[in-house]
Amino acid sequence: MVNFAGIAEPGSTKNYKTGTWRTYRPVVDFDKCIGCAKCWEYCPEGCIIELEVDGKEVYETDLDYCKGCGICSEECPVGAIEMELEEED
Amino acid sequence: MALEEEEYFESGHRACAGCGLALGARLAMKATGEDAIATCSTGCLEVVSSPYPESSWEIPWIHSLFENSAALGSGIEAGLKAQGNDHTKVVAQGGDGGTVDIGIRSLSGMLERNHDVTYVCYDNEAYMNTGIQRSGSTPYDASTTTSPPGTESYGNENRKKDALEIAAAHGISYVASASIAFPSDLVDKVKKANEINGATYVQIHTPCPTGWGYEGKETIEIARLAVETGLWVLYGKKDGEIQNINKLNDRKPVEEYLKKQKRFKHLFKKEDGSKELEKIQNIADRNAEKFSLDK
Ligand SMILES: Cc1ncc(C[n+]2csc(CCOP(=O)(O)OP(=O)(O)O)c2C)c(N)n1
Ligand code: SF4
Ligand code: SF4
Ligand code: SF4
Ligand SMILES: [Mg+2]
Repeated sequence: MVNFAGIAEPGSTKNYKTGTWRTYRPVVDFDKCIGCAKCWEYCPEGCIIELEVDGKEVYETDLDYCKGCGICSEECPVGAIEMELEEED
Repeated sequence: MALEEEEYFESGHRACAGCGLALGARLAMKATGEDAIATCSTGCLEVVSSPYPESSWEIPWIHSLFENSAALGSGIEAGLKAQGNDHTKVVAQGGDGGTVDIGIRSLSGMLERNHDVTYVCYDNEAYMNTGIQRSGSTPYDASTTTSPPGTESYGNENRKKDALEIAAAHGISYVASASIAFPSDLVDKVKKANEINGATYVQIHTPCPTGWGYEGKETIEIARLAVETGLWVLYGKKDGEIQNINKLNDRKPVEEYLKKQKRFKHLFKKEDGSKELEKIQNIADRNAEKFSLDK
């Protein structure tokens, strides 16, 4: 058998949390969110997740990976996502 | 959700925040699905998705050289055929430099031999991974590190190479242009390309905040403006027939696209810059005429 260099676990960059890169954090107002999934479609990280809040389908960011680019906030048709400056704990 | 929920290009990749190319790959992989093998030429996509020993890919993925993603894809397809495998799709990927410049010879061979491979070019209009050098896909007048504006120059002197027409001239049955600002259209086109038995070519316009000089949050808006100004035309070409052109109700002046990017800022500052803006408007106008873009 030939041993190829660099065989990696599929999808294993998920072991690396790019959320530490973030300066601004997207915060979704679930009251405003209409569940259109535009933020999910446009996120370059694929780190937006669907969830149910009070029986309503909404979307939220997985902060483990969100780099805080702000695309979701720009593209949300109802302005439900605010970008808030991360503060040090 | 209208799009495939499953991710085949995963989080944790190292692309800059707001990278258009990362979104392009994520969407193209949604169209491709799990029964596929992908190749990838050297460049940002390769570097950000394969920091050893990690991989962002959920499907078998192979880094080629800079210049031979299409040749590698051709060989994989031939191998699958020899094994009697008629279901696994092959997607060959490359940046614009890897596609329209250094890899054009292997791409041409792949198209000529009509391998059953979908070639996807991620067009960020320069050699980004090595520090923003101009490529054959860099648009007219854009500033890059190798096409700087100055007293004698307005930036890149050459027109953007029309790689879609070059691919189509091989007589392959499908070529298409796509944009990350139009995800459903992008996914439909890559799906269609995958379904066709034979070589296909899809070029995705993927703005790059780092190389073009704008804030990452504006990536989608800038991609959309490229389409709305007529500088990037969305169409498919099936068996020589142009189809599903994205017609424009109210084509925007090119300035709306250009003024948002530092790579064009000299055009708004330099004396005689307005003459150059006129030339770029002419490029958009010619596109509009060629594709009957205006409604
Ligand atoms: C034969 C060869 N020449 C040069 C390089 C250096 N190199 C690596 S990536 C790259 C630029 C890639 O540009 P592009 O294909 O447009 O992809 P991008 O990084 O912009 O996505 C260059 C010049 C190389 N790896 N191999
Ligand atoms: S800020 Fe950017 S990375 Fe974070 S969730 Fe929004 S689109 Fe994704
Ligand atoms: S884009 Fe806005 S409204 Fe649509 S799902 Fe995301 S947060 Fe909700
Ligand atoms: S340089 Fe541009 S293309 Fe490369 S990772 Fe950064 S934003 Fe993406
Ligand atoms: Mg490039």
